[in-house]
Amino acid sequence: MTVLAPAILPPGGGVLARLSDLFWRRPSVLLAVLLGPPVLWLGVIYLGSLLALLAQSFFSIDEFSGLIQYEWTLKTYGELLHPANLDIILRTVLMAATVTLAAAVIAFPIAYYAARYARGRWKALFYLGIMLPLWSSYLVKVYAWKLILAKEGILNWIFAKLHMTWLLDAVLGIPVIGGNSLSVSYIGTFLVFLYVWLPFMILPVQAALERVPVSLLEASADQGGGPRQTFRHVTFPLALPGVIAGSIFTFSLTLGDYIIPQIVGSSRLFIGQAVYAHQGTAGNIPLAAAFTVVPIVIMGFYLWGAKRMGAFDAL
Amino acid sequence: MKKFLTCCSALSMIVAQAASVQAAEMLTELGDPEGQVNIVAWPGYLERGETDPKFDWVTKFEEESGCKVQIKTANTSDEMVALMNEGGFDLVTASGDASLRLIAGKRVQPVNVDLVPSWSTVDDRLKEAKWHTVDGVHYGVPYMWGPNVLMYNTEAFAEPPKSWNVVFEEMTLSDGKSNKGRVQAYDGPIHIADAANYLMTHKPELGIVSPYELNADQYAAALDLLRQQRALVSRYWHDAFIQIDDFKNEGVVASGSWPFQVNLLQGEDLPIASTIPEEGATGWADTTMMHAEAENPTCSYLWMEHTLSSNLMSDLAVWFGANPAVPAACTDGRGMQTAEGCTRNGMDDFEKIKFWTTPVSKCDSQEQCVPYYRWVSDYIGVIGGR
Repeated sequence: MTVLAPAILPPGGGVLARLSDLFWRRPSVLLAVLLGPPVLWLGVIYLGSLLALLAQSFFSIDEFSGLIQYEWTLKTYGELLHPANLDIILRTVLMAATVTLAAAVIAFPIAYYAARYARGRWKALFYLGIMLPLWSSYLVKVYAWKLILAKEGILNWIFAKLHMTWLLDAVLGIPVIGGNSLSVSYIGTFLVFLYVWLPFMILPVQAALERVPVSLLEASADQGGGPRQTFRHVTFPLALPGVIAGSIFTFSLTLGDYIIPQIVGSSRLFIGQAVYAHQGTAGNIPLAAAFTVVPIVIMGFYLWGAKRMGAFDAL
Repeated sequence: MKKFLTCCSALSMIVAQAASVQAAEMLTELGDPEGQVNIVAWPGYLERGETDPKFDWVTKFEEESGCKVQIKTANTSDEMVALMNEGGFDLVTASGDASLRLIAGKRVQPVNVDLVPSWSTVDDRLKEAKWHTVDGVHYGVPYMWGPNVLMYNTEAFAEPPKSWNVVFEEMTLSDGKSNKGRVQAYDGPIHIADAANYLMTHKPELGIVSPYELNADQYAAALDLLRQQRALVSRYWHDAFIQIDDFKNEGVVASGSWPFQVNLLQGEDLPIASTIPEEGATGWADTTMMHAEAENPTCSYLWMEHTLSSNLMSDLAVWFGANPAVPAACTDGRGMQTAEGCTRNGMDDFEKIKFWTTPVSKCDSQEQCVPYYRWVSDYIGVIGGR
């Protein structure tokens, strides 16, 4: 008699083999094992700490003892409306908006040239030129700018050599944004922000422009559209998602930065610095948390608007 | 020394723990060295020759005592309090605003000064200082102290400024130009105390007894003075090296500062000097304190003795631009510091200095004082132009 080989093999030995069988039979288990850790990480570490912070903002600080009262209240949010705190919020949002606008205006032609005209070695050079500043330390760049903008710094020296000091003085004489020297004025803070975040605007715009099909531009020309019309009705609308994606970077990065305004500027606080001062030195964690909520809310609206403009369609 | 106050959660933790931890007993005799000691310190306070081979006051101690020194640096007083609450450390170099919090929270133990042979050499002015001695019990060994001096540019000032008014009031300096935009102030709420200190002399009718204990009226007057100062100051200083840069490149000629910056600028042969004006000045004083549950008590005591008897005080005074708690360290050549160096760092001006303490609402000199967290939010307002 011959022994027939069984049609179904007996399950293989060993834990790994059985595990492999389980994964094959139930793909959902595999998915859970693969996704579990990162989701837990996001949920517990990231969202959890964010929620813990948000919860803090609903507590308040006792006026007399300086101790935190763990009772739900909106008093701390009321404090955000004090003139001094409103100033901080307004100052930060205005700065972020100006930096974003200026970055878009400067980045567009650069990105346009890099995407459309630069070829071969020039293209590499453009990429390098844009990325190079990102390779050096953020702090080094900021300190370098402090020296460039200082009263006895490089820029002042150049203006003096060109006999243009009157122009610089006139600019610095503008109330509010001017000051004693570029490095202690809002103009200086603005310039440094602009420089540091510019690559984050150029790269998405360049990517968007590269995706605009040349055939569309030719079609526009065939229909008798001049360069200006083609730009207004074809190129710009198609590149807009890139600009908006870039603006998310520049806007949110400016909104949260607390180092640049401390090194270059007039010592007037930005949101990030206010958070740092309130939680680090004052122990007023509720107010610090409430301040943190402000950029989160602003960015929430911003992203919602950006989505409607189609900034994420290409993701 | 620099940064302040109650991380409130830390404070509530202290309060909770205070109930469970009984007062630690004072050590009466030393055992065998445990082989290590863990110290929480300000950056730059414990050097083993790694930054600059000339500045080393740790290696020799390790060789002689057999105690390996493990250093944890902390940048703010809050961090120090938090680390000590966490435990696992033996010693901490606490400033005046942290030391009393640590004592109140029973995180540090009384120190038996009989076990520190060099205690007698400690500056008499510091032996009973109220930031480490409570009810006659010592909770630490004095470490370093320093004044917040008035630093100035000798080209703008023909003679040393006699008053802090050069940073508070608009005036024409001896180089013929206004001080507007050429003076600085410290970018920390504790600077309100400097304004209060100025008002003690110039508005005695306010009745300020201590610049750290201000009632509502005195506080409002100090803020008004600071608003006036805001018009003169282009940028407040926060980081010692940025201030140095501002004196070099930004045309700043006068500011409250630390001897640290003065020494560095003078080291570059720049026309910089410092003085303590007639109103006196604020200052900081640090103490080596021992954790209530220190695991290495013998090494801790040996270290405290080392701080007082070795080259540490003298060389650290040079390194940090501060003053030793042992006056002899200025003169007896145990390290690099000299009598002139100590004078430059403000050794002779102890009486003129009001040492940093945390403003609390329940103050000694009057019924109700403005607490520190208000100082923080109001100073932000003043700098913002409110």
